[in-house]
Amino acid sequence: MLEPDPNYFSSFVCSGEIFELKAELNSDKKEKKKEAVKKVIASMTVGKDVSALFPDVVNCMQTDNLELKKLVYLYLMNYAKSQPDMAIMAVNTFVKDCEDPNPLIRALAVRTMGCIRVDKITEYLCEPLRKCLKDEDPYVRKTAAVCVAKLHDINAQLVEDQGFLDTLKDLISDSNPMVVANAVAALSEIAESHPNSNLMDLNPQTINKLLTALNECTEWGQIFILDCLANYTPRDDRESQSICERVTPRLSHANSAVVLSAVKVLMKFMEMLPKDLDYYGTLLKKLAPPLVTLLSAEPELQYVALRNINLIVQRRPEILKHEMKVFFVKYNDPIYVKLEKLDIMIRLASQANIAQVLAELKEYATEVDVDFVRKAVRAIGRCAIKVEQSAERCVSTLLDLIQTKVNYVVQEAIVVIKDIFRKYPNKYESVIATLCENLDSLDEPEARAAMIWIVGEYAERIDNADELLESFLEGFHDESTQVQLQLLTAIVKLFLKKPTETQELVQQVLSLATQDSDNPDLRDRGYIYWRLLSTDPVAAKEVVLAEKPLISEETDLIEPTLLEELICHIGTLASVYHKPPSAFVEGSRGVQHKRLPGSTGLGESLESPDTGSAAGGSDAPPAVIPSQGDLLGDLLNLDLTPPATTGPPPPPTSGMQLGAMDLLGGGLDSLVPHQSSSSPDYSPTEVGPGGMGAGFGAAPAASPASFSAPVSGGLDDLFDLGGGVGMPMGAYNPPKTVWLPAMKGKGLEISGTFARRAGIIQMEMTLINKAMSVMTDFAIQFNRNSFGIAPAGPLQVLTPLSPNQTIEVALPLNTVGPVMKMDPLNNLQVAVKNNIDVFYFSCQYPISVLFVEDGKMERQVFLATWKDIPNDNESQFQIKDCHLNSDAASSKLQGSNIFTIAKRTVDGQDMLYQSMKLTNSIWVLAELRVQAGNPTYTVSIPLLLHFKYFCISFSL
Amino acid sequence: NAASVLFLIYVVLAGQVLICRNYKGDVDMAEIDHFMPLLMQHEEEGLVSPVISHGSVHFLWIKHSNLYLVATTNKNSNASLVYSFLYKIVEVFTEYFKELEEESIQDNFVVVYELLDELMDFGFPQTTDSKILQEYITQEGAKLEVAKSKVPTTVTNAVSWRSEGIKYKKNEVFIDVIESINVLVNANGSVMSSDIVGSIKLKTMLSGMPELRLGLNDRVLFALTGRDKGKTVVMEDVKFHQCVRLSRFESDRTISFIPPDGESELMSYRINTHVKPLIWIESVIEKFSHSRVEIMVKAKGQFKKQSVANNVEVRVPVPSDADSPKFKTSTGNAKYVPEKNLVVWTIKSFPGGKEFLMRAHFGLPSVENDEAEGKPPITVKFEIPYFTVSGIQVRYMKIIEKSGYQALPWVRYITQSGDYQLRTNV
Repeated sequence: MLEPDPNYFSSFVCSGEIFELKAELNSDKKEKKKEAVKKVIASMTVGKDVSALFPDVVNCMQTDNLELKKLVYLYLMNYAKSQPDMAIMAVNTFVKDCEDPNPLIRALAVRTMGCIRVDKITEYLCEPLRKCLKDEDPYVRKTAAVCVAKLHDINAQLVEDQGFLDTLKDLISDSNPMVVANAVAALSEIAESHPNSNLMDLNPQTINKLLTALNECTEWGQIFILDCLANYTPRDDRESQSICERVTPRLSHANSAVVLSAVKVLMKFMEMLPKDLDYYGTLLKKLAPPLVTLLSAEPELQYVALRNINLIVQRRPEILKHEMKVFFVKYNDPIYVKLEKLDIMIRLASQANIAQVLAELKEYATEVDVDFVRKAVRAIGRCAIKVEQSAERCVSTLLDLIQTKVNYVVQEAIVVIKDIFRKYPNKYESVIATLCENLDSLDEPEARAAMIWIVGEYAERIDNADELLESFLEGFHDESTQVQLQLLTAIVKLFLKKPTETQELVQQVLSLATQDSDNPDLRDRGYIYWRLLSTDPVAAKEVVLAEKPLISEETDLIEPTLLEELICHIGTLASVYHKPPSAFVEGSRGVQHKRLPGSTGLGESLESPDTGSAAGGSDAPPAVIPSQGDLLGDLLNLDLTPPATTGPPPPPTSGMQLGAMDLLGGGLDSLVPHQSSSSPDYSPTEVGPGGMGAGFGAAPAASPASFSAPVSGGLDDLFDLGGGVGMPMGAYNPPKTVWLPAMKGKGLEISGTFARRAGIIQMEMTLINKAMSVMTDFAIQFNRNSFGIAPAGPLQVLTPLSPNQTIEVALPLNTVGPVMKMDPLNNLQVAVKNNIDVFYFSCQYPISVLFVEDGKMERQVFLATWKDIPNDNESQFQIKDCHLNSDAASSKLQGSNIFTIAKRTVDGQDMLYQSMKLTNSIWVLAELRVQAGNPTYTVSIPLLLHFKYFCISFSL
Repeated sequence: NAASVLFLIYVVLAGQVLICRNYKGDVDMAEIDHFMPLLMQHEEEGLVSPVISHGSVHFLWIKHSNLYLVATTNKNSNASLVYSFLYKIVEVFTEYFKELEEESIQDNFVVVYELLDELMDFGFPQTTDSKILQEYITQEGAKLEVAKSKVPTTVTNAVSWRSEGIKYKKNEVFIDVIESINVLVNANGSVMSSDIVGSIKLKTMLSGMPELRLGLNDRVLFALTGRDKGKTVVMEDVKFHQCVRLSRFESDRTISFIPPDGESELMSYRINTHVKPLIWIESVIEKFSHSRVEIMVKAKGQFKKQSVANNVEVRVPVPSDADSPKFKTSTGNAKYVPEKNLVVWTIKSFPGGKEFLMRAHFGLPSVENDEAEGKPPITVKFEIPYFTVSGIQVRYMKIIEKSGYQALPWVRYITQSGDYQLRTNV
């Protein structure tokens, strides 16, 4: 063992000894000198300022005593920056030391010089560094490699000018593995500040060198190399596989950080492997055991591992689907490990393991750590929503927990039961009575709001709902906003369900909300309800009591592009925080956004230098739901760019007034799908898709018309038709096109079109069996779409479809399905199933099928609305070569539910004022100008309803 | 993103920085002042996390006895590398100073600085093998003044864990196969999860640069070579010391290596098979509020009659306000450890197949402790020598050195309790 130093720390109680030290430092005796330097360092260590001794300490630098030299160097690193001029004094010794016969001293000198962040010194560093990079001793070379990164940090230009980067790249081929590893680390570090420099120049040759060094270098070197490999994108799946094969042995390394870096490389390169490849399956199986073993590491490493496993199970749930048990919480786990394990348990919960999971969760819910217990209760709720078969058991577990009367358990349980109701409406109301018993104990806003929501939602089945809600009303102004909003909505619901007894209550809450509150959200909602109730109670009922979309099962998934980026950064802080790596960049340095490579083998990583991120601020992660602002942006852009097929560009419209946006706001909201979240911000859902708009009686124009691509073929069809003489009444229906070619449908060919017949939208299809065998068991499903179009019944193909047989099918549709904005807006994704397989295709429906029969607006209303719309918001376009007169056009359009409200003739030009209404109650107004004898029509559409002209064109 | 770890290492005691090393100069030295207050705040809120952030600076910390080792960074650093490295520092310092504590750091600050300088450069971990470091970082300056002071070639060698020129009169290797049983049993007696974590430790006393090959009754290996069908073991996951050639293992399951000198952990493995808990505990704990707690614990040895479990400790939790303990045991003795709220029942020697009983009685105060208490599980500690629960065996250890000496391998087996928890109803 070592001889301990005498206690230098206590010997420095008072100051005033600087003088004494000075004398000792200048002593002739070696030992005394050394002791003095030690004392100086000791003072430095305890935070005393000994910079005054700078010249004296530097004088001790020229010594053959390695220990003394190290101490002086240490002192220099600390104080050189504050005394740059003095630091120059040290340069000569450094340069000399870089040529010392002892490699330890050469390395020490070059290492320390790089740490002295003084510009003037760097100039002198270049020559010694150049020599050291080519030193015969690998210890010196590996130190010099890191020194290049240090120098680059101080003066990047100098490093480039001196050609050090090339020397560094050469070191990747060095014979010594540690030199290679440090060169890789230094280059990666430098590359980070030059995102687009392609500094690493990773190609199959360098990759091969790195993979060879991987087997020989230290554990830390292995991490540098693996992290560097993770930046490479293989050319094809074969290269990808061969790299994976050489990286997998690292999964057996004792160092957890090596394992995690190897997992990162494998997770990324796996993306390129075809899923039907045997090796893909082998690799999947190889990943689970090491991930599980990470849970036996030290708690901090477990935490990093768990945060990353959370990402991995989102990306590839199959890897750990059988490993539920290892995530069971142990009593002595640190709280941060417990909470993370719980998260992963929920992600892995499935019908197969739900019984065990629930038993565990119930166990946890009786622990003492409040945060953990709350999360366990919440987890039970999430299981109910995720695994439908377990819902009943979850609810009864929650009821058991409510019986414990532990206050925070009860509150948390009520919050999650509310979510269960949102997922399974009208199924578990029998528990409401138990919930109501605990009304008084609820003191947290979230729990109160949840309870109020439940009472409002099921008001008709709770006898004393009015009393319950009234009890909350007493302290209305002391409640938090979410409770107030919820109370307002719940009482309005109650009123609509039991109008006779609750009139007073609703008056009271409306006046509290609108007159006595300072909160604009609350006031607005109050006014909206008020007007709605006073103008049209029936509409109010339709809006407020509308059927709400069910909440989806996974509520806290990481947005996919962020997830991909984080997978590329497994093991880093970003993956621990689940924040984009750009959030860790200071200043305006660029960041390379990493994406997983596509399985096509062509996926080059996407580069977009992010220059705008502010210092220290974390960028908001990309949102799953496009924000309203984005949609408005789209609208504004699109409005000015009608497709070229319509002939000459429309007269330029002046900039949009912001005023228009207010009107748009409400409507837009309704088109954005509302993903459920655990925070019960119901307002948009309550209002109902598109519902609010109708209430205003104006044209709220809820159309994020992203019609950048014209509906193909539509216009040409129109003109063909337009030339015809006999004008049949009825809507324009485009001819059938092939949606699913037989090649892609394993013999099944589907062509089809859409039509509106007698007020019903129909999907008309021709199914042809071009295969050799009989097809049966047809079924159809639509993906969520912009207007909630969904099959009104099952697909009726009653007889089996024999080979070469053709069958015509008409599928009636409704518009009450789930809503999601599509691009283009009228895109519809369809899945058709038969006994052979499931086939997917997408098709586009003409918007005109969505025009409803009662789209004729009251003349007065029309005029008032038209007048209210600023001219600026008008967009115009022309339809060419249309040889109809205005009356013929009008009657033809009426066949498509585009109604002429008024007609004016000015200077021989007929102006038709028209209205139409979409299935989601959005009104569209238009003006059609027809000049007799001129085949060009001009259509003006006020507001931003740019897309409507298609419909008109179609329908003519 | 590179493998960069960009930080300062601080050793902190009660908020005071004992020693620190600034590797990159990109984080303000004063930032550390925020660490302790933030940590305390998080502790109070019950939201302790191994990463603490203050603005754009992140503190990654571990605790060793009463010292905090803190790494700071303002980049997207490789967090797993940082924690691995911090634990490595603890390991190196402990090997150097026996104990890593306030005094050992203050007494040896010069060596500590030297080590920090050698362990990491510009945020990149370098040489962290304490045996190799001890060859050129010593406190005996006199030795270094001699012109001989050179970098051991080992530092940069592919074999960075073993020096050349090691000599022993008698060449021997001691192999310890240690299996730890982890069990989690629910209050209703069902085994929720169980696994075996095995570890093979070496004490190498061999001269020169010997090549070693270890043979285990690994089922995958036997399947690969089509050898005899004796009892084999399926290892779910295996982790090796840096010295083992991983690619070789990956391709033909051969465990080949040049061993570090002295003691080291060669490998560890995890076995997922369902193990019967070797010591089974049945407990009845009855709590009569305001009056007493009655505990009955039955322990049963579920292993071979020939084997004996040594130093068995059954730790049974009791309420924190319990008093006046009374015990009765059929063997061993029970002791109340009030500072841990435990009854510890110790049985020095517990033969397989036997069953023992312990009864305890505690009084409870009439005024109840209103602080909520958790439900700590019963834990059990034991070790059973000459036996591995998985049945793993060292088939051979081949030792080849160019000088051609004969060396003897010695093998010892032991099974012990790992994380062995049985939940209770109270």
